Amino acid sequence: MIVAEQKSLDEIKSLIGDAERVLVVGCGTCVTVCFAGGAREAAIVAASLRMATKLDGNGKDVTDVTVQRQCEWEYLDEIAEQIEGADLVLSLGCGIGVQAIAEHFPRKWVVPGLNTSFMGLPTEQGVWAERCAACGDCVLGLTGGICPIARCSKSLLNGPCGGSEGGHCEINPDIPCAWQLIYDRLSALGKLDLLMAIQPPKNWKTSRDGGPRKIVRDDLRLGAEEE
Amino acid sequence: MAESQASTGNSYLAGSNLERLLRRGHFAVTGELGPPQSADGTVIRQKAALLKGCCDAVNITDNQTAIVRMSSIGAGTIVVQEGLEPIIQMTCRDRNRLAIQADLLGAYALGMRNVLCLSGDHQSFGNHPTAKNVFDIDSIQLVHMVAGMRDKRIFECGEEFKGQEPRFFVGAAAAPFADPVAYRPYRLAKKIKAGANFIQTQLIYDIDAFGVFMEKVRTLGLHEQTYILAGVGPLKSPGMARYMKNNVPGLLVPDALIDRMVQAGAAWDKPQDELTKEDKRARSAAWKDEGIKICIELVQQIRQIEGVAGVHIMAIEWEEAVRPIADGAGLLPRPVIDEPVA
Ligand code: SF4
Ligand code: SF4
Repeated sequence: MIVAEQKSLDEIKSLIGDAERVLVVGCGTCVTVCFAGGAREAAIVAASLRMATKLDGNGKDVTDVTVQRQCEWEYLDEIAEQIEGADLVLSLGCGIGVQAIAEHFPRKWVVPGLNTSFMGLPTEQGVWAERCAACGDCVLGLTGGICPIARCSKSLLNGPCGGSEGGHCEINPDIPCAWQLIYDRLSALGKLDLLMAIQPPKNWKTSRDGGPRKIVRDDLRLGAEEE
Repeated sequence: MAESQASTGNSYLAGSNLERLLRRGHFAVTGELGPPQSADGTVIRQKAALLKGCCDAVNITDNQTAIVRMSSIGAGTIVVQEGLEPIIQMTCRDRNRLAIQADLLGAYALGMRNVLCLSGDHQSFGNHPTAKNVFDIDSIQLVHMVAGMRDKRIFECGEEFKGQEPRFFVGAAAAPFADPVAYRPYRLAKKIKAGANFIQTQLIYDIDAFGVFMEKVRTLGLHEQTYILAGVGPLKSPGMARYMKNNVPGLLVPDALIDRMVQAGAAWDKPQDELTKEDKRARSAAWKDEGIKICIELVQQIRQIEGVAGVHIMAIEWEEAVRPIADGAGLLPRPVIDEPVA
């Protein structure tokens, strides 16, 4: 899932500026699961903003609504009226949700209430960790299902650097060394020979380095049959 | 075929002093020179003067510990002018494959003949922790690229050189005691397979542990495929020894050596505030003497280990120590090869 964190109320207040009618839009998918921007958080942020702006002597009209998925336009259509009625939309979706609103409502000012952090999973209650950097050319088949691109601090492809110690990465004792994890797993599964082959330089073209990415599936496009 | 040194009949890969000495079976000595955090070339000249005559070549670090310093190629150019041979360190942290290749073309044209290929310390350690890192390629891919530029006369993309290719003696690092320890000899094998002609190891203080590593290296036959230079460095104080033992990944410092450093300063063993400035100076000198003594012994012990082709003496910001170490270990004068380089 996409993992995000809320911005501070101060930053949100400054992003809102002098807008009077503010619509807080939560999202029912990833950011609900990571407790950053679901219906509950949207209601809390809206209430906090009403309270804070009232204390500042300029109480704003802040309401909230949550859609099932902010990153698909059809769900946004359901709240089109509320969006049109607001001066400003504060999205508690991930960066994709914010942009979906901006793109779908060209004349509406929309600001982010979250910092979209990474793609990952909850490892324990209240802890989320990064797992994938969407490099576009997955190497997990060579590394026992542990991603060296997202989880090694240097995205190394040919094994651990000299900074790996006691299972953690040189940059922080709280970060497991991805290559130690890979080594342990391949060792347990009898596949250490995978670590002996030299991996050539990665083709980063499929990653963000190739420019903004897009996938076109002709088989799924409407009107594909007529063409 | 365009003109290249490969076609001149010279059997050396790069013809650097380091390569020639190693090829002739001399026990090599390399040193390390850290460029300044300024544009001041005189610092380089002073350090070069201290290292000249006691090292066969010196590593010029590349933004070591991710702190911005004069570039290794810039400093290396001055070192060449001073008549000392540089080993350009090149990390994957700050440059992508385009920048690395471009810089190496320049380095070769400026007379540099050795490169040490490194991943590089993460930028979070340095003085620009908010920087974006690169890590387009890793150290093994870098070794392969630099060897390919020389042997296949191709750029990383596969395009052939039309003019002179850069011919470097290619080095890589080895961290025998970093985790996972069991994998380290195999990682070394990978670096050699990628094209590493020489290896410089992380600092060795634990001779027994290094002996175990080298035994595995010999079993794999790696010492016959590359030149392994063991890293050594003088301890400055018991505090430094303890710090390295506890905080530097991949460093083993036996307690016996720490005890020796403590003993060396035992005469001044009283509360800090009772020590005069002179006391502290004398204690520091005693520690440093012991550190150099220990380092000499380490070099002598390392020399006995089969498969070690030389030592890499790391005395960053204490370049004065290199001469007494090399001298004490019986490594001076350094051999001079005066055959013509084709
Ligand atoms: S290799 Fe690429 S696609 Fe696969 S998990 Fe890692 S970043 Fe994601
Ligand atoms: S310590 Fe491990 S995770 Fe960290 S940079 Fe090195 S190999 Fe990657």
